[in-house]
Amino acid sequence: MSAVTPDQVHDDHHHHGPTGLMRWITTTNHKDIGTMYLIFSFIMFLSGGVMALTIRAELFKPGLQIVQPEFFNQLTTMHGLVMVFGAIMPAFVGFANWMLPLMIGASDMAFARMNNWSFWLLPVAAVLLIGSFFVPGGATAAGWTLYAPLSVQMGMGMDMAIFAIHIMGISSIMGAINIIVTILNMRAPGMKMMKMPLFCWTWLITAYLLIAVMPVLAGAVTMILTDRHFGTSFFNAAGGGDPVLYQHVFWFFGHPEVYIMILPAFGIVSQIIPTFARKPLFGYASMVYATASIAILSFVVWAHHMFTTGMPAQTQLFFMYATMLIAVPTGVKVFNWVATMWRGSLTFETPMLFAVGFLFVFTIGGFTGLICAIAPIDIQLQDTYYVVAHFHYVLVAGSLFALFAGAYYWLPKWTGHMYSEKLGKLHFWCSIVFFNVTFFPMHFLGLAGMPRRIPDYSLQFADFNALASIGAFGFGLSQLIFLAAVIKCARGGEKAAAKPWEGAEGLEWTVPSPAPHHTFETPPVVE
Amino acid sequence: MNLQTPVTPVASEIYDMHTMMLIICLVIFIAVFGVMFWSVFHHRKSKGAVAAHFHENTTVEIVWTIVPVLILLGMAYPATKTIIAMKDTSNADLTIKATGYQWKWGYDYIKGEGEGIRLISNLSTPQDQIQGKADKDEHYLLEVDQPLVVPVGKKIRILTTANDVIHAWWVPAFGVKQDAIPGYIRDTWFRADKEGVYRGNCAELCGKDHGFMPIEVHVVSAAKYTAWVNERQAAAATSAANDTKTWALPDLVAKGKDVFNANCAACHQPDGKGLPPAFPPLDGAAIVLAPPADQITTVLNGREGTPMAAWGKVLSDADLAAVITYTRNAWSNKTGEAIQPAQIAAARH
Repeated sequence: MSAVTPDQVHDDHHHHGPTGLMRWITTTNHKDIGTMYLIFSFIMFLSGGVMALTIRAELFKPGLQIVQPEFFNQLTTMHGLVMVFGAIMPAFVGFANWMLPLMIGASDMAFARMNNWSFWLLPVAAVLLIGSFFVPGGATAAGWTLYAPLSVQMGMGMDMAIFAIHIMGISSIMGAINIIVTILNMRAPGMKMMKMPLFCWTWLITAYLLIAVMPVLAGAVTMILTDRHFGTSFFNAAGGGDPVLYQHVFWFFGHPEVYIMILPAFGIVSQIIPTFARKPLFGYASMVYATASIAILSFVVWAHHMFTTGMPAQTQLFFMYATMLIAVPTGVKVFNWVATMWRGSLTFETPMLFAVGFLFVFTIGGFTGLICAIAPIDIQLQDTYYVVAHFHYVLVAGSLFALFAGAYYWLPKWTGHMYSEKLGKLHFWCSIVFFNVTFFPMHFLGLAGMPRRIPDYSLQFADFNALASIGAFGFGLSQLIFLAAVIKCARGGEKAAAKPWEGAEGLEWTVPSPAPHHTFETPPVVE
Repeated sequence: MNLQTPVTPVASEIYDMHTMMLIICLVIFIAVFGVMFWSVFHHRKSKGAVAAHFHENTTVEIVWTIVPVLILLGMAYPATKTIIAMKDTSNADLTIKATGYQWKWGYDYIKGEGEGIRLISNLSTPQDQIQGKADKDEHYLLEVDQPLVVPVGKKIRILTTANDVIHAWWVPAFGVKQDAIPGYIRDTWFRADKEGVYRGNCAELCGKDHGFMPIEVHVVSAAKYTAWVNERQAAAATSAANDTKTWALPDLVAKGKDVFNANCAACHQPDGKGLPPAFPPLDGAAIVLAPPADQITTVLNGREGTPMAAWGKVLSDADLAAVITYTRNAWSNKTGEAIQPAQIAAARH
């Protein structure tokens, strides 16, 4: 059942739109926009990576060598903001743009013009954010959480960051609306909700999370803005405000946000493992329910980021129990993936390597998350390198590895060529080894009492920091292998078949590789 | 490296709970990934594995939902007991208020033996060590000029608050970490079972010198504690006398230099050049060269929306008079003026 007839391919050659640069600026095609999102997020990933490496270079040994404390704080803050809002989130939106219409048999996203706008807002926000390094006073140095009242003290770099967050928030909300409408209205005839690929499910749920929480973040940073410039006292105790209020509002956004960054990754992995196990996903329905439960629970656990603010015992207990509960649906997902691999017929091409790597390393991050959920232990670990290790295990080994898995999985569909398996495998093994060299020692640093966000540390932490810094440079350089692999693949190589993976299922594999500019102009019918 | 050796009952409970959690997690980890790696090695296509077709099994799915719930209940029970113990700050022998400043800790002994003692605790590691110009000491970045001193075996209640931004008072060996929030008072407690010196840090990002505001607590015997209290109270009497006498200019400048280096140099720099634009220079600054009223007000009350703190709550009249005199006579600022403690006292009202 191929939806693309030779007619349509032919039609493509007579497509009279703008050419050259204008083609990309004005494009409303979901594939072009998806590509732009992916390129944008990779550029931001490299920028955030350079900041991370500067941080690790400073922390290589005790004492101040490379940067001064104020600039160090700017680097940690901007590394967080750039990676979260510039790299990880847009990368997932890029995948959604490229793959959702192909997976559900739609010809494009529901609101194609808005899709163009939601992308082009991002470079504007990125220029504001990165540009803030060059204004008097430098970039905001209040941490990516921008806690008041510290953020009220900052210079104009803070205002630029607030403005950038507003723009990125608008972009995310527009993207989320587009995704929801596309999935709900444009599925091919016969594709019932419970027949959708899991990636569509996870993105649908993520899009609802985005719509629910991005306005909350916008509200929080707007309150900081008015406290800074318009004489309000939302967070100023002297004026009757409450500094802890900011944290409540921020984390009401911030906790669902961490699931915004991981649920689509669950979706990608749920596409890849069945393909290379040559076996259907185990427990499809429970995967959907688990995703939805995680999303709902994510709204009632925000205060576990605030166990040290001095809330009453009952409140601590509530947030501790609710947080522990998330381990259950997350566990179900891990068990389902392992059961999918069980008695399969496994092969280990690069996407599968990254997916299995994801599973293994993400689970470590899950366990440390459970340990952090226990309030008394969290009080010891909060704001230490243990937390840094924990969230890099879920965000790098979770989100990022899943993104790499997805990129290698769909590269043949995007470019029409097979990528170099040799480079892909090299990328994987370098990444996973250096990732662990970088972040595993941080668990020990945190347990032993090294606070996070410090430019200098006492002598007993020296050895593990040196090790982590060496790992970080290895990990950073490994990402250039990915760049090489993608460029090589885009430029040529072995022609990819419409369905390059033996075990792959889904509508995206019914169209030729590379996917033509227009696909599914006549909706395919799903049996 | 593991959690620091606990010296309070709460810290011991946390230590044991963490060990238990780690063992449970390791067992689950080995079980789950044992199964996965078995698949990876034995169910490979290259070994001729043929894919099975099962894709659901309600029984196992229910089992692996219920069993984790039971494990979690087992974990929640001891944690709940510890939380309730941590929150019980009643019947303290000694109550001390810890105030976070950018970037130092102030301690006020509020109730119990030593009531009325006040101290400001600054990082004592020299800049030369931080900048790599001298060898680093054993307690690099974890040492202060005036440590908190408490008696062993007594319940110490710590009230935390802050003067500018949020800080957090954290001593790992006590199992205590409590945010210090401007405008609010929070509390926590510890009872140290062993004499010794225990070290911690500020744990909440609080600006430029967040990494340079350590906490040093000396837990001493009851007798030593009483001796320390007597010594501090004698020192307080001298300080009160300083606030009322009239000083000669050279004495003020000499004292002011010490106060400046301990409190002001981190931002305004020892050479008075500051780190513009966030931290303005004092050398040649208009506010320092104009008549003293504005400068006194700024130093006393701070400047809203900037990191300039209100020093009126931190330093004595004599210290303030000395440091203002110093800035007006150091570097190129040769005003020749001496500001007296009485002028500060007048400006406070």
